[in-house]
Amino acid sequence: MTDQTSENFGRREFLSRAGKAGISIAAAGTVSYLLYDNKGPKTGIDTEELVTLPDFSIPYQQGQTISIVKGPDRVETLKKAIELLGGIERFVKPGEIVAIKPNVAFASPPMLGATANPELIAEVVKLCYSRGGAKKVVVTDNPINEPASCFTLSGIGKAASAAGAKVVFPKNHLFKHTTLAGGRLIKNWPIFFGPFEKVDKLIGIAPVKDHHRSGASMTMKNWYGLLGGRRNIFHQDINTIIAELAMMVKPTLVILDGTEVMMTNGPTGGSVSDLRRANTLIASTDCVAADSYGCGLLDLTVPDLPYLAKAEKAGAGTTNYESLKPIFATVG
Amino acid sequence: MKIVQVRRISQVFFFLMFVWFCIVSTVGDRLWQLRGWPVNWFLQLDPLVAIGTILTTHTLYRAILWALATVILTIIFGRFFCSWVCPFGSVHHFVGFWGNRKKSMPQKVQLNKYRKAQCIKYFVLIFFLVMSAFPSLAATLQTGLLDPIPLITRSFNLVLLPIVDRPVGLASVSERFYVGAWLTLAIFLTAVFLNLAIPRFYCRFICPLGALFAILGRFALWRIGKNQSECIDCKLCEQSCEGGCEPAGSIRISECVLCFNCREDCKEDIISYQRRASLAGEETSPDVSRRGFVLSLVSGILAVPAVRLSNKLGSNWVHKVIRPPGALSEEEFLKRCIKCGQCMRVCPTNVIQPGGIDGGLENLWTPTLNNRIGSSGCQYNCTACGQVCPTSAIRPITLAEKQGHGEFAEAGPIKIGTAFLDRNRCLPWAMDKPCIVCQENCPVSPKAIYTQEVFNTIRADALTVKKATNTTIETVEDNLPLDKFATGDYYCVAEDGERRKIAANTENSIETSPDERFEKIPAQGSKIEIQVRLQRPLIDIEKCIGCGVCEHECPVSGKKAVRVSAEGETRSDDRRLLLKS
Repeated sequence: MTDQTSENFGRREFLSRAGKAGISIAAAGTVSYLLYDNKGPKTGIDTEELVTLPDFSIPYQQGQTISIVKGPDRVETLKKAIELLGGIERFVKPGEIVAIKPNVAFASPPMLGATANPELIAEVVKLCYSRGGAKKVVVTDNPINEPASCFTLSGIGKAASAAGAKVVFPKNHLFKHTTLAGGRLIKNWPIFFGPFEKVDKLIGIAPVKDHHRSGASMTMKNWYGLLGGRRNIFHQDINTIIAELAMMVKPTLVILDGTEVMMTNGPTGGSVSDLRRANTLIASTDCVAADSYGCGLLDLTVPDLPYLAKAEKAGAGTTNYESLKPIFATVG
Repeated sequence: MKIVQVRRISQVFFFLMFVWFCIVSTVGDRLWQLRGWPVNWFLQLDPLVAIGTILTTHTLYRAILWALATVILTIIFGRFFCSWVCPFGSVHHFVGFWGNRKKSMPQKVQLNKYRKAQCIKYFVLIFFLVMSAFPSLAATLQTGLLDPIPLITRSFNLVLLPIVDRPVGLASVSERFYVGAWLTLAIFLTAVFLNLAIPRFYCRFICPLGALFAILGRFALWRIGKNQSECIDCKLCEQSCEGGCEPAGSIRISECVLCFNCREDCKEDIISYQRRASLAGEETSPDVSRRGFVLSLVSGILAVPAVRLSNKLGSNWVHKVIRPPGALSEEEFLKRCIKCGQCMRVCPTNVIQPGGIDGGLENLWTPTLNNRIGSSGCQYNCTACGQVCPTSAIRPITLAEKQGHGEFAEAGPIKIGTAFLDRNRCLPWAMDKPCIVCQENCPVSPKAIYTQEVFNTIRADALTVKKATNTTIETVEDNLPLDKFATGDYYCVAEDGERRKIAANTENSIETSPDERFEKIPAQGSKIEIQVRLQRPLIDIEKCIGCGVCEHECPVSGKKAVRVSAEGETRSDDRRLLLKS
């Protein structure tokens, strides 16, 4: 209780209060000084800290860039195709971490062929571990449909885990912004970077599918899964974005599965009647070459897919796969 | 062990079980996912769910039979559920206890005294049950608004879990969103914080389930009471009384929630759980005035016709209310939906959202699809919502039924709505820009979205040929944007109509690829035009199932250029759009 009638007490009280008021004013002044901003808010988009996807490619080896194996059993054709390129040992060294990027875009069962085949994924994972001596294999994608459903329904989640791989789902913190040198569309754009940041090798695995907008979805289009953000707006210029993806991603190896080809109603499919057996599997270190051969399975030619020529022009690979002297084989 | 300790263990056990069921309601086969966990068990134990749906449908759906166990136990033992099982009751119990633990004994006695207003919960119960009691006229099941089990289920699943799980990611890979979750949280928190004013406020004054138990427990074989008529009237038994049932005097059996605190607190061991009636007298019937009874009865009778005056079930139906696949026709749906939110919780894509009152009062918190939220519309290969729905407001359909395969081929797929294309907003239609993301994502085969190829001359003056070969044209004009037409979507058209795809361009030249040679070299001085090749999307209404993935993926992200509305949904024949073939 303050005794207001006592002059002494009132003075002491006043001084104490004045001291506290002084400290409060000093604090308010300091905060104002430290936070003072005479420029106002910045306009435009903040440039995030940019990242660059590492180069996962391996040295060129003449005559061992692309192998094309015919056969009804994709696991057998896969084994053969990799063997013809020098075996998995050429691509994966002991102790390395390998990322596998299958096409897991849709929540659709394997029999419909809208996603990469789970047996194929399992086999590649096994090869990486058993023959390649990989330390760790990661299987990841940023699907269109709900990620957990995509990995479950496609069978890829279970197949990959059973083979010992780690399945990584897209989460916000795994996306980082990038700018592609020489690119027009990929500028300060979020990509699914996290899973690939600290890996040594990258293997892309994609089925051959009809795609109404771009003509075909194969190994190059498969990299669309690395794009984050509102990636759908790139459909306005689909050929350029696919070519830029081929410039941005330098994989160790790509596997194009044409065992069953989605001829119509792609890229979702939805019926087994959309599929046609082509019994072909392609392994290549050059995705442009792989896709240039693969488009034939859809009864298309290289000029039907302008992104192939664009990617070639940008130096991402060659559309003239014949010049690479593909190794042909048949299994079974 | 003391009986109150057993009660506490029971409360903690059932509360943790409830929370566990909330956590595991994610589609998947891991231990912490849905697998076979009976995540609806608390809802099925709830006799208000049972009686409500019995009144509206005259049936008792599957595992809601569990409620019979609750009913039998209540008839024998009294309101055990409130203090031994109910997870919402346990929350109130704990908060009420914690918030008032430092009060003095007389203050506590004051807090826990009986109040006349405790009869409100009976009016709430009567009101809701009357609303559902005349299915042949008009009936709606609205018990879920205040029924404590659906209330706490949706509060945990749609508000608390998404907030807590956001940094963890155990219950969902992607972030979850629920429209209007703030209202659910506000109601939940209000109910919880009211315990600070009066313990178990919700249970004593509002809870319609508690009211139902009070009526069922009238003839309980065992009940709390005094084993002698004389006592020292110390009132200790009323200091922690959870029900506010006056155990010190003539105990009100209908208000007693069997917390056993009075028995624990009585130093003279006068209070016991016994077969005979309390020797100090007891009130078995709820204290409901005739006036209140009539008022709630009349309000309940008038409520449904009053709500239905807005004709939301007739010609004024709300096209934005898109129900999940397998949902019953709206009238039947409203007779079963208890607004528990299980379908919204389990939906892997997060597209099922709590409805708002813009879809009519009865629509509040019922499952409504919002294609702007979630990952990809209603997933084609998914029937999770119907499998989890405890009352079959959404039927447990198979994939074959949903997609119209096998024995359902003749009936065709289940349509939940129809996609409408807004040609004034669609990029290829309105702005001459290629796109067709909607077509790409359409999951049915053959696709419901198909395209029409057109070549449109771009907005620019015609160009004049200065010099040309089979594959290059040099123009007089020198203001072409560099490589703008090199995307593979642009074509060069000569005066005679010959059209060739452009491979590259500079400011004053256009190049076609070698395989796109002009057969007739454009003459010097002739005009050429540049055209863009567009694939314009069109919707095949016979094929569209209304899944909404097109709307979700449409890059026109504000007001989408393709939007689903409920016209054509197969669940109600009177919302049909087309003639039957």
